[in-house]
Amino acid sequence: MQKGTRLALILGALPFLTLVFALPFVNRIEPMVLGLPFILFWILSWVILTPLILFAAYLIEKKFNPPEEGEEK
Amino acid sequence: MNAALVIIFGTILFSSLLGIYAGRKVKMNLENWTVGGRRFGIIIIWLLMAGEIYTTFTFLGASGWAYSKGAPSFYILIYGTLAYTVSFFLLPEIWKIGKRYGLHTQPDFFIKIYRSRTLGVLVALIGVCSIIPYLQLQLSGLGFIVEVASNGAFSSHSAMVIAFVLTCAFVYTSGIRGTAWVAIVKDIMMLVAVSVVGIGVPYLYFGGFGKMFRALIALKPHHLVLPGATEHMNVLWVMSTVLLTGLGFYMWPHVFSSAFSAKSAKTMKRNAVIMPFYQIPVLLVFMVGFTALLVIPDLKNGDLAFLALVNKTYPSWFMGFVGAAGAVTAMVPSSVLVLFASALLAKNVYQAGFNPLASEERVMRLSRFFVFIITTLALVFAIFFPSALVNLLLMGYDGVTQFFPGVVLGLFWRRVTRTAVLWGLVTGIVIVAILVSGRHDPFLGMNAGFVALVVNAVVTLVLSFMTKPSAPAGQPNPAK
Repeated sequence: MQKGTRLALILGALPFLTLVFALPFVNRIEPMVLGLPFILFWILSWVILTPLILFAAYLIEKKFNPPEEGEEK
Repeated sequence: MNAALVIIFGTILFSSLLGIYAGRKVKMNLENWTVGGRRFGIIIIWLLMAGEIYTTFTFLGASGWAYSKGAPSFYILIYGTLAYTVSFFLLPEIWKIGKRYGLHTQPDFFIKIYRSRTLGVLVALIGVCSIIPYLQLQLSGLGFIVEVASNGAFSSHSAMVIAFVLTCAFVYTSGIRGTAWVAIVKDIMMLVAVSVVGIGVPYLYFGGFGKMFRALIALKPHHLVLPGATEHMNVLWVMSTVLLTGLGFYMWPHVFSSAFSAKSAKTMKRNAVIMPFYQIPVLLVFMVGFTALLVIPDLKNGDLAFLALVNKTYPSWFMGFVGAAGAVTAMVPSSVLVLFASALLAKNVYQAGFNPLASEERVMRLSRFFVFIITTLALVFAIFFPSALVNLLLMGYDGVTQFFPGVVLGLFWRRVTRTAVLWGLVTGIVIVAILVSGRHDPFLGMNAGFVALVVNAVVTLVLSFMTKPSAPAGQPNPAK
């Protein structure tokens, strides 16, 4: 596996860790943040962070993986 | 004629004409009809995918769940986000295979990768059986929204017939291009409707969503933590459900195939990065459901929460706007569902299963013919036997998710064999059928479809090692 893909996969695991496997620990109302119950605040934060994580993965793949044949620059 | 009626009917008509217009000057062959000639850039792909994914369920179901179930509804925010993360890694690879072999549909992918027409026919049949009840659900949703929004002036049956005949027309003429154009109207209208109501009602009634949540917690302290107002939808259920639906999301035949419409693998990758932003409107829909629970707590049907609160709060012309947005929101996904159910039947059941020598023109003609059959079938079910397909509907998502091991292993693992994928798939489907129709869902606290997916994956892996290698044909860069 190419280095860029490997790093990108590690980043891609983050939403799964935070939005699936962390759920038992965040299933609570207090402390409320920004007016939202804690569980909703937690979920929403990671929903909003995921595009940024994926964008980082995109940049990393671009940096470490050699461009494939016929791919536009 | 009241204003709401004019707005609803005008929108349905305008969108359909736009959809028909989208296909002018394009010579319709299978390539243009199903995948838009593989020319869609990032904006159109984003609108198309959002158009397919955010269905009437976003309007009625998500607010209804927030209203009647509470915290379990948050799973909707999660699974989409997981699905987009998966798609970042999966869809560009699927696109490359599609480009290399000129694929149009999901069963095409199985046929090419595993060199097995049997597998293709099986995947096509499972796909069609999952699509038809889903289509019927969109149809009933549309009828329901229009009838409520027009205050009964437009009966649900006539709304269904009118909207579906028009949808049928633009699918017939323009294929996926028609869907993409109508999706623009749909996405704009839905965003406006959801933003106005989702931000508006918590402020109008409580002066902000923070205060609204405080009021809700004071009244129903357990509504906003799992399992909310339900018995079974605890943390384990949500975890297994988001894994199932997050992985299964792109396994829907119509969503899978939209990957082929992109103009490059990179377009798909960039699309995955921006898709999660489309989850934010879902949050606003929840706000409407929660506010409705405080303002109108006695609704018998939770799915009415969104419309009932709009009706109570806003003038009737805005109700018409919401109804119109709801109607196009049903039409867009329906059009792709019809399109791919037809293509699956013509190309992957008829051609692959019975007549491999059929010409492409014949398959194209047959696909267009099936558009009428499928639409009529869905209408008949929605009007005369509204609950006949409930079991199939419950199984749809669980069913299509069983394609996941075959897709992923086919792309990334050279040792996987067609026999293993076939039996893994059959095992998964049988488990789903037994558990869901026997009312054993959830099973051991987990989503039954997830249990089936795990067994399916294990069977596929074990059988792959036990059977003679039949190196998949479509592996990208086998050297890696």
